[in-house]
Amino acid sequence: MHALMQAFGPEEQEEFANAFGLAPAATGTTISRRTVLQGAGAAGLIIGFGWLAPMGARAAAPEAEGAASGPLVPNAFVRVGTDNLVTVICKHHEMGQGNTTGLASLVADELDADWSLVRTEYAPANPKLYANLKFGTMQGTGGSSAIANSFLQYRTAGATARAMLVAAAAQAWNVPASEVKTSKNVLSHASGKRASYGDMALAASRQQVPSAPMLKTPAQYVYIGKDHAAPRVDSVSKCNGTATYTIDVKLPGLLTAVIAWPPSFGATLVSFDASDAKNVKGVTDVVQVPEGVAVVATGMWAALQGRKALKVQWDESASSALDSEALLAQYREQAKQAGTKFARPAAMHRAPADPATTIEAVYEFPFLAHAPMEPMNCVAWLHDGMLETWGGHQFPSFDQMLAAKAAGLPLEKVKLHTLVSGGSFGRRANVWSDFTVAAVNVAKAIDGRAPVRVQYTREDDTGAGLYRPMYVHAVQVSLDTKGQITEWKHTIVGQSIMAGGPMAGMIKDGIDPTSVEGVSPTSYDLPMMNAELHSPVLAVKPLWWRSVGNTHTAYVMETLMDELAVAAGQDPLAFRLALLGKNERAAGVLKLAAEKAGWGKPMKSGVAQGIALHESFESFVAQVAEVSMHNGKIRVERVVCAVDCGVPVNPDVIRAQMEGCIGYGLSALYYSEIEVKNGRPVQRNFNSYRALRIHEMPAVEVYIVPSQVAPTGVGEPGLPPLAPAVANAVAKLGGPRVRRLPFTRSALIAT
Amino acid sequence: MSITLNVNAQNHDVDADPNAPLLWVIRDDLGLTGTKYGCGIAQCGACTVHVDGEPVRSCSAPVSAMAGRKVTTIEGVSSRAAKAVQKAWVDLDVVQCGYCQSGQIMSATALLEKVPKPTDEDIDRAMAGNICRCATYQRIRAAIHAASAELTA
Amino acid sequence: MPTAKRACAASLLVAASLLSFRVAAVDLRPPSSFDAIADRAERSRSIFAEAGKVIQSPRCLNCHPVGDRPTQGRDMHPHNPPVFRGADDRGAVGMRCTTCHQSANFDASGVPGNPSWHLAPALMAWQHETLGEICAQIKDSRRNGGRTLAQIQEHMAHDVLVGWGWHPGGMREPAPGTQESFGELIAAWIATGAECPV
Repeated sequence: MHALMQAFGPEEQEEFANAFGLAPAATGTTISRRTVLQGAGAAGLIIGFGWLAPMGARAAAPEAEGAASGPLVPNAFVRVGTDNLVTVICKHHEMGQGNTTGLASLVADELDADWSLVRTEYAPANPKLYANLKFGTMQGTGGSSAIANSFLQYRTAGATARAMLVAAAAQAWNVPASEVKTSKNVLSHASGKRASYGDMALAASRQQVPSAPMLKTPAQYVYIGKDHAAPRVDSVSKCNGTATYTIDVKLPGLLTAVIAWPPSFGATLVSFDASDAKNVKGVTDVVQVPEGVAVVATGMWAALQGRKALKVQWDESASSALDSEALLAQYREQAKQAGTKFARPAAMHRAPADPATTIEAVYEFPFLAHAPMEPMNCVAWLHDGMLETWGGHQFPSFDQMLAAKAAGLPLEKVKLHTLVSGGSFGRRANVWSDFTVAAVNVAKAIDGRAPVRVQYTREDDTGAGLYRPMYVHAVQVSLDTKGQITEWKHTIVGQSIMAGGPMAGMIKDGIDPTSVEGVSPTSYDLPMMNAELHSPVLAVKPLWWRSVGNTHTAYVMETLMDELAVAAGQDPLAFRLALLGKNERAAGVLKLAAEKAGWGKPMKSGVAQGIALHESFESFVAQVAEVSMHNGKIRVERVVCAVDCGVPVNPDVIRAQMEGCIGYGLSALYYSEIEVKNGRPVQRNFNSYRALRIHEMPAVEVYIVPSQVAPTGVGEPGLPPLAPAVANAVAKLGGPRVRRLPFTRSALIAT
Repeated sequence: MSITLNVNAQNHDVDADPNAPLLWVIRDDLGLTGTKYGCGIAQCGACTVHVDGEPVRSCSAPVSAMAGRKVTTIEGVSSRAAKAVQKAWVDLDVVQCGYCQSGQIMSATALLEKVPKPTDEDIDRAMAGNICRCATYQRIRAAIHAASAELTA
Repeated sequence: MPTAKRACAASLLVAASLLSFRVAAVDLRPPSSFDAIADRAERSRSIFAEAGKVIQSPRCLNCHPVGDRPTQGRDMHPHNPPVFRGADDRGAVGMRCTTCHQSANFDASGVPGNPSWHLAPALMAWQHETLGEICAQIKDSRRNGGRTLAQIQEHMAHDVLVGWGWHPGGMREPAPGTQESFGELIAAWIATGAECPV
């Protein structure tokens, strides 16, 4: 419900897209996400090239934000101080998924650092140094790509520093470099010479920066892949109240603002009366901003009281018609019509005339809000001709550019401080930078008189739009008498997340890959797939929500697989394996999950297992959900999860992400939907937009496939298989085949 | 209105609206930001403090009612149980985004201070008011059992 | 329609809908309005049925649950977050009633409050019962906390937590009538022989 949330005009699209290398190239090839993801694949990440930009080639050192700086600063990612501390500059945003620990592990391993002497900082906005290599030249975190894109880059950064320390020691001790050993921040030589990294740092900084330092073989890893060798670096501060989130930032004279946002998507401001609001003790300003009306005060309580006293008139004539139930009905109708093709039956495929069985089904998925524990916020301070912001800047490239635009300042005058955030799940990664721009607009509106934090309340946050869109899938799948799939017609209706924004270049032939991923491409051999897409445009801005298109496609595919297996009289596991062709990694996790879950063993009465497999973000995850049913109400007792994510850099972080994905996915499966009535979002807080609680969490077992393939993501891939695995168990228990989420609509959840 | 609050064993005189939630006085007036805002309606538990040793959702407690009572926040909690809880939390890498964890730790500490050897049902009942969107629940449960083992060893 | 008029109409609509939430609760008939009923026992039962509008209102029933969990709201759904009776009717260890409910209704959080917030003892479970069954419970000293009828009247007419039912705060619909008029009905019921509906 943001006044700035309108489609970018073509010039702006081009401007942003060119800035971040997202535009379709002049040669006419369009960028698909696979292309972007594959562009920096293993072949391209051989050691020793441009993206490490050794010190000599750059004008300025990376900014130090806090910890010791130098003297050894061989690149933008690591510093070693005379105090013997190793500082890793993390280019990715920490929203809980543990990439800070992951990036630090990569450096620390190659550097042979003592884990207790490793410190971390978050990088400033500087795409030239800190781009996500899977995104082109854009700095940002998402798509479960942090470790994947940084794997060789950060290892090389650490190896570079080590090589320079070794060279310095070799020189100081007059011994060959090959004889210098490193371990836990200590250099040593057989002759008895020893020095700490701190002692050697200055001398190391004078060494030649090697262009292609040797990297370790897996057998030499001390942190990578080792359980509990590198505990989370942010545990302590998050357990004693000292971790600083955006809501906690303190600055001299800091003011707090809450905004009176439009009540419906597309409502416009008519007028407001600030007289009562201004009389509230602590309120300093009431100002109009593009977002709405901001009440600025000395503290949050005064701001809230001020907003309560504010009288605002909105014109909802253009916005009040939107109704989610009516929209669903429209989508169902649209699903019957021809759309844009995204999968065609293979040339050799011909559907036989007489199918033995045909399954026809329509699936309905609601709007989802992300609802991270920390509602959206940002601090903006205009001073001395510059702008500083503090926030959970998940997309620094966009946040910096849009903040600069809003402030009317050149990019180099805009400095972002990226803090840890209280969760994101996709919400903070958006090309509209809603929370950042709001803070800048309020700062401007008070003439930069003071730093100001714009804080969304929980209600503001849940009602702000930027939802996982509603989707409808209509399928018609046929089997022959041998249980082979002979026909697969699939129509998807739902908003394109990319359309109308700077990433629209990813839409190819009218298909937004994020709308269809998981149906096409799919792990299964389905040459008969005949699929079409409709991409309606709504006033509610869409956004990716943890695992994006896979949130709905996996549910459809994996519940269908079970239905087809049953129709074919086959075991759901065997049915899937037969369709996986040569996809060994997919088959591998499926078999592992099944084995560890005791698939096929008789279950107690009232307990059943459901299985699901999904490949997303280049990782493979299979889950078996063990579900009990009592008086028609279900309980997920246990989830067995098998994951293949290539080299498991931090095994415990991987386990934690699988657990987290399972809990987040289960929460949504049970409870989550945002209804829209009269243009207004209905569910606004945790009383009605309910969240999973501790007593509902299943026991989760995670099994990680040993692998030496380059690492792929874990932040999202654990989510897609959860809902269908549970749904499949429910059907096995004699419960309904649920086609409309969430489960509370089917009265399956005891409250 | 001038109120004297006792927070983490220190007296503070604050000039606050008597109807202000304790949460915002702790955070904005006293600068103790470890206690978090997650919902404002006592649904999520991120704002949990101890008042006279009992867990209280500070978003739902008017500051005027807290005068003369002993308030403890995450910054000041220091009982044997609290230390065992924080240690277990770190040992088991419970946290992800961490935003709910001040509240989780305060609730877990309140439980263990009264019931050093809680059953899973005790844990469910004591902790069901603390939402974690990162779903660290399995580790929270394990950490409470680990802290309990240390406390009762 | 010009914008100003449209906005005016819209705000009228909003105001009207707010009013409908705040509509004064149902009134209670005074005891005297039952004088026309000649038969004493029947009059007694009718008076109790009138008092039953309070007794069986969600405001009261929510804290007189069967089992260990209160309900909440007009539709009496299970209390969210899940809370439990505990050993003293005041909550489980670690999540007491007073964890969220303070001694007065609190606008800032929308959470109701009362100095004596707690569940009615398990013996005083009223949900899913007929008014006649509840009546029998109220009269039974083994199930009413050992009270005489006079003490029952005193409790209903003056207890602070009972009184909350008429001042629930927020958008919650109060129990019918007032505590005073409810107390009068109970007194009149006792005076007419404390008969229970079948």
